[in-house]
Amino acid sequence: MDWLILQFLNGLDKGGAYALIALGLTLVFGTLGVVNFAHGALFMIGAFCAVVFSRLVRLETVTVDPERLSPWGTPLEVRTPVVELWLGDFGTFLVQYSVPLAILLAIPVMLLIGWAMERGLIRHFYKRTHAEQILVTFGLAIVLQEIVKASFGANAIPVYAPPAVSSSLNLSASLGIGTDIFYPWWRLIYLGSALLIIGLVIAFLQFTTYGMVIRAGMEDRQTVGFLGINIQKRFTVVFGIAAVVAGVAGVLYSPIVSPNYHLGMDFLVLSFVVVVVGGMGSIPGAVLAGFLLGIVESFASMAAVTRVLPAIDQVILYVVAIIVLLTLPRGLMGRKGVMEG
Amino acid sequence: MNFRNVDRRRFLKTTAIAGAGLAMPTIFTSASRAQEFCNMPTGGSVTFGFSVPLSGPYGDEGADQLRGYELAVQHLNGEGDGGMLNTFKGSVLKGNGVLGKKVEFVSGDSQALADAGRATSNRMIERDGAIMVTGSVSSAEAIAVQSLCSDKGIIYMAGLTHSNDTTGKDKRRNGFRHFFNAYMSGQALAPVIVDAYGADRRAYHITADYNWGWSQEESIVEATESLGWETAERVLTPLGTSDYSQWLTPVANSGADVLVLNHYGNDMANALTQAVQFGLRERQANGKNFEIVVPMFSDLNAQAAGDAVKDILGTANWMWKLEDEGTQAFVRSFGQAYGHPPSQSAHTGYVQALLYANACERAGTFNPEGVVEALEDFEFDGLGDGPTLYRGGDHQCFKQVLVVKGNEDPEDRFDIQDVFQVVDSEQILYEDDKWGGELGPIRSQC
Repeated sequence: MDWLILQFLNGLDKGGAYALIALGLTLVFGTLGVVNFAHGALFMIGAFCAVVFSRLVRLETVTVDPERLSPWGTPLEVRTPVVELWLGDFGTFLVQYSVPLAILLAIPVMLLIGWAMERGLIRHFYKRTHAEQILVTFGLAIVLQEIVKASFGANAIPVYAPPAVSSSLNLSASLGIGTDIFYPWWRLIYLGSALLIIGLVIAFLQFTTYGMVIRAGMEDRQTVGFLGINIQKRFTVVFGIAAVVAGVAGVLYSPIVSPNYHLGMDFLVLSFVVVVVGGMGSIPGAVLAGFLLGIVESFASMAAVTRVLPAIDQVILYVVAIIVLLTLPRGLMGRKGVMEG
Repeated sequence: MNFRNVDRRRFLKTTAIAGAGLAMPTIFTSASRAQEFCNMPTGGSVTFGFSVPLSGPYGDEGADQLRGYELAVQHLNGEGDGGMLNTFKGSVLKGNGVLGKKVEFVSGDSQALADAGRATSNRMIERDGAIMVTGSVSSAEAIAVQSLCSDKGIIYMAGLTHSNDTTGKDKRRNGFRHFFNAYMSGQALAPVIVDAYGADRRAYHITADYNWGWSQEESIVEATESLGWETAERVLTPLGTSDYSQWLTPVANSGADVLVLNHYGNDMANALTQAVQFGLRERQANGKNFEIVVPMFSDLNAQAAGDAVKDILGTANWMWKLEDEGTQAFVRSFGQAYGHPPSQSAHTGYVQALLYANACERAGTFNPEGVVEALEDFEFDGLGDGPTLYRGGDHQCFKQVLVVKGNEDPEDRFDIQDVFQVVDSEQILYEDDKWGGELGPIRSQC
């Protein structure tokens, strides 16, 4: 029972990460018709927003203590965080809660990057083939990741969850189960945040006039244009929203996996599988497929499974994708006419 | 032209004269270019080739290794404070280059990949005339470059490579490894963890799914099982995985009470951090505290793992905190040059460059035939690892191995680990044919 709960939770957790990235990909594809291979890089940049914010609040004053020597014989440098020196307890709070607070930095940064990407590059490829879009956005992803590598180095940089939620929650006490089930607090927070963000985006599209116009534009861009609505401008906003969603997902993911320049690429291919399984252009499909594949992957990684089917955990997502596409060629919730010539 | 008048005798005579005429220039040129061995230096300088990953997951370790090489070149040329040249016992180096020639170097980014490593090394040999190639941070690239150098008649001094295969089944007469290997890690670490955690333990292994990971897992399983531990499970994970949660969640209910992470680099940092996040270290299993072991630590990546490293046992080839005079001299030179202590990657690179240069001086030639002879069964000291033997049977260095432990209360950002125990080289000895393979002949011609 306990293993079932743990693997299921883990599946939801992974699914949340897949769904968040796939959501942004689907939004961009559904509105602008662009297959954006640079979307994973946006996730990675979001994670590095957490690194930058964490470094900013940990900026230190360096004084030299002439009486103590470093191991190589030079006077020892004594480092003290500036915010703690200036702001006391509030400074300590800023240092400890740097990850959630980094969201405040990530939102404007990601909006700016999203806007610059869309206006500066991607809009020139709206009418090009998907193959050309993939080539140019993949190239952009490599450029972005090389910039990050040149700036931050190739090694992962640790970012810490607030101390209050850095440990594990004993779920057995909460669920009234006999055996001990520990699950990291921050992963539970990540799962909750993923559900909240997905809910907010869907609510925005479903229940606001702005969202209604965007949905109408996704269905029939020409007719919406005839009504005097600048749908292109609204789609640019959607691109910005997708960038913010990817960025915030990256910030929240940073205490789980220490950010490194390759983080976006790690998720990109899997997220495309999620989008295809969910159905190109379908937001509910992307979310459903994200959680479904996360859970399947989690259970496939169990030792009892890999003993019978070695390495199945490494290919299970693609096996599921093949089965789904053979039985439902448009994916789980794909719309007719999307990517069908 | 009428060929009917050409008889057999005239044809043969004409052909012989023409052939001799055509061959004449090549006789002169080949004589003038005659080389006793590949890339024989003819001017006042000699070129070393440094093949290290400057990009990819081991980019930082490659960059630090390159710093070690650059410092070695400075010291060989008599610049700086001389570093371990002053403590190297068995050295005939004078600080005036090698065999009177100034040492220059070229470097290339191997990306820690076999094919990229071969391409960059080939360029350094063929275009830049490198007399020797050195460097690596992954066993895949080290084995590939070692094989290439052997084919090209060049000496290869391996950098950071920990797989048993490098000086095991894939060993070459032209290749030499100073770094320790997975078997040595297992033999050094197993008695320490059995002593620390007890003989009645069940271990769950999560292993990177490539050559080094298998080698490391096999070695630690063999060593711990011989001391009474059981192996509960062995699970392989893809190289470069960022999220290990799906492999970590089954550990808690597997009946194991120790988790062994056979990972390196970023993989090690991620797997260890997440294992701690999943509360494994707070758990009790089989009536004992749950423990985590990392058989092979990357000191640079231990920084990325942050607090998760605290109290974790593993092994290392060398550490800047050692107190011998060689280490002290190297840390002083390196720290003053770069502002941080050297990693084990930088150390092994520095030492390999010095050992090669010293072998040339001792042999009185750069010819690989003389250099190999000088390095085989060479005994030395004062390079930070205590008395060391470059065993002739497999070209593997035998020296002390460090068991290291994550520092509970670090004083600064470099104070990540402490030396827990220094394991004598006799404890990690093995037969030179343990993994098969043949050194083969010395190759010196391009």
